[in-house]
Amino acid sequence: MTTADLILQQLINGVSLGAMYALLALGFTLVYGILELINFSHFNIFMVGSFVALMTLDAFGLKGQTVVLTGLPLAGVLLVAFLVTMVATGVLGVGIERFLLRRVRHVKGPAAMITTIGVSYILLNVVLLTTGADAKNFPNPLPAVHYDIGGAVLRLREILIWIIAFVLMGGLSYFVNRTRLGKAMRATAQDPDAARMMGIEVDRVIMTAFFVGSALAGAGGLIFGLYYNFTSASVGFVAGLRAFTAAVLGGIGNVPGAMVGGLIIGLIEASGGQLIATAWTDVVIFSILVLVLVFRPSGLFGRMAPNKS
Amino acid sequence: MADLLLEFKDVNTFYGDMHALKNVNYTIERGEIVCLLGGNACGKSTTMKTIMGVVRPASGSVTFDGQVISNLATSERVRRGIAPVLEARRLFPRMTVYENLELGAYTQPRGPQFEQDLERVYALFPRVKERRDQLAGTLSGGEQQMVAIGRALMARPRLICMDEPSMGLSPLFVEQVFDIIQEINRQGTTIFMVEQNANMALSIAHRAYVLQTGEVVLSGTAAEMRENEMIKQAYLGEMQVEAA
Repeated sequence: MTTADLILQQLINGVSLGAMYALLALGFTLVYGILELINFSHFNIFMVGSFVALMTLDAFGLKGQTVVLTGLPLAGVLLVAFLVTMVATGVLGVGIERFLLRRVRHVKGPAAMITTIGVSYILLNVVLLTTGADAKNFPNPLPAVHYDIGGAVLRLREILIWIIAFVLMGGLSYFVNRTRLGKAMRATAQDPDAARMMGIEVDRVIMTAFFVGSALAGAGGLIFGLYYNFTSASVGFVAGLRAFTAAVLGGIGNVPGAMVGGLIIGLIEASGGQLIATAWTDVVIFSILVLVLVFRPSGLFGRMAPNKS
Repeated sequence: MADLLLEFKDVNTFYGDMHALKNVNYTIERGEIVCLLGGNACGKSTTMKTIMGVVRPASGSVTFDGQVISNLATSERVRRGIAPVLEARRLFPRMTVYENLELGAYTQPRGPQFEQDLERVYALFPRVKERRDQLAGTLSGGEQQMVAIGRALMARPRLICMDEPSMGLSPLFVEQVFDIIQEINRQGTTIFMVEQNANMALSIAHRAYVLQTGEVVLSGTAAEMRENEMIKQAYLGEMQVEAA
C-alpha cells in the first residue's frame, strides 16, 4: 500500500466510525440542548442497543459469520433489526426520563446527572450479570463484496453504514427543522418557559428528545456490531466517551455540530490507529476534549444552550 | 354579566412563603381593554402567570368563558383562547420570524386558517412580513415586539395577556404598539395588560385595576383613574409635571 492508499483507507474507516459516533453524539446533544443535562446513561443505552441488535439477528438464525444474506432478505433483516433496536432503545430512554429523571428535573444541583450515572451502571451490570463479561460474536450477514480503489478497500459494510447513517441523520435534520414537533423541540431548547406559553407540551417534547436520541444510539450500537463483529457489556464506556467528546467538539446542544464532531473523532481514531499507535488514540481524543473545554467551551459551531432567565 | 370573559374570584397565590396575590378579584368582559397598574413586586406578573397557569392559586378560582380553568395545563388554556405577549418579548432568537409565528399557532390546526391568520398579522405589521426569513434575535426591540404580538394573534386568542408591552421601546414605537393594541381590540380581541407606562395604558384602556402588595386597592374606568388623586401622584406624576 502506498501512503495515498493508506490515507484513503483510513478515510474510509474514519467516516464509518465517525457516522457511528455522530449518531451517538446526537443523543447527548438533543438532551443537553433542552435540559442542560449530560445524560451518562446514554453510554449504556448504546451498549444495550448493540445487544438488542445481536438478539434480533440471532432470532433470524444468524450466528457469527456463517450465514450470509443477499438482496431483499438482507435488506429486510437489516431493516427489521434497525427498527427493533431503535424502538427498544428509544423506549428505554423514554422510560429512564419518564420514571426517574422527570422526578429530579426540578431539583437544584447535580441530582439529575448523578441519576444518569447510576442508571448507566445499572444497565451495565444487568447486561454483565445476564450475558457475562466476555465479548460476543456479532453476526455479519453481509456478503464479502468489496471494491478496490487503488490499494484501498471499500467493503459493502462501509457503504451500508454510510447509507444508513446518512438516512438517519437526514431524517433527524428534517424532523428538527421542518416538522411541528421538531420546531417545538428547538423552541423548547431556546426558551422553555416561552415554549410552554405557546401551548407546547414541554414534557412531551422532552420525552421525544429522549426517544429520538436513544433510538439513534441504538442504531449506533447496531452499526458498532456490524463494524467490529463483536459486542460486550463494556463497549458503551469508550464509545460513549468518544461520542461525548464529539458532541462537545461540535458544540454541545448543536445538532449539525454533533454530526461534524462525530466525523472528526472517527477520522482521528482511524488515522490515530494507523499513524501513531492504537493505544494512543484515546490520549489524542481526550486531549481534544480537554483543549476544547479549556479554550473553546462553546465548541467549533457554538453552543445552543437555553436562554435560562 | 353575560359578557364575562375572565374572572378571578378570591384568588390567593403564594411564592414559597410570599403571599403574592391576596383575595384578588378581577372581572374582564368581552371586548374590553383592561390594564393592571402597580409598582414593583405588587403582583402584576403573578397575575399574568396565574392566568397562563405557570403558577396555581392556593385558593379561589380563575374562570375563562364560563369555565373554571385554575387547574388546567398551560397548553389547554392556550387552546381555549388565551395567548400571552410575554415580558421582554421572549421570542425564540435562533428561529426565523416565520417560525416564531408558526409556534404561536402551535395549538391551531394547520391549513387555510393558518394562511389567513398569517395574512392578518402581515397586514397589521408589514415590517414583520419583510423580516419573515430573518432570525428573530437579530431584530430591533420594536420589531421584536411586533413579532411577539403577531405570535400571540396566531393562536386565535379571545384574550391576550400582555406583560409590559412598552418595556424597552423607543417612544415612537411605544405609540405604534399602543395603536396596534387598540386596533386588535377593535377587531374583537379582549386585552388584559400589565403596564408601567400608566399614562399610555390609561389612554387606550376601558378600565383599570391598581394592585398594591398583592391586593386590589382601586378599580374603575380609565377616565375615573385619570382623575384619581392617588393615581395622579403615584403613576401619572411625571406626566403632570410635563404638562404643567
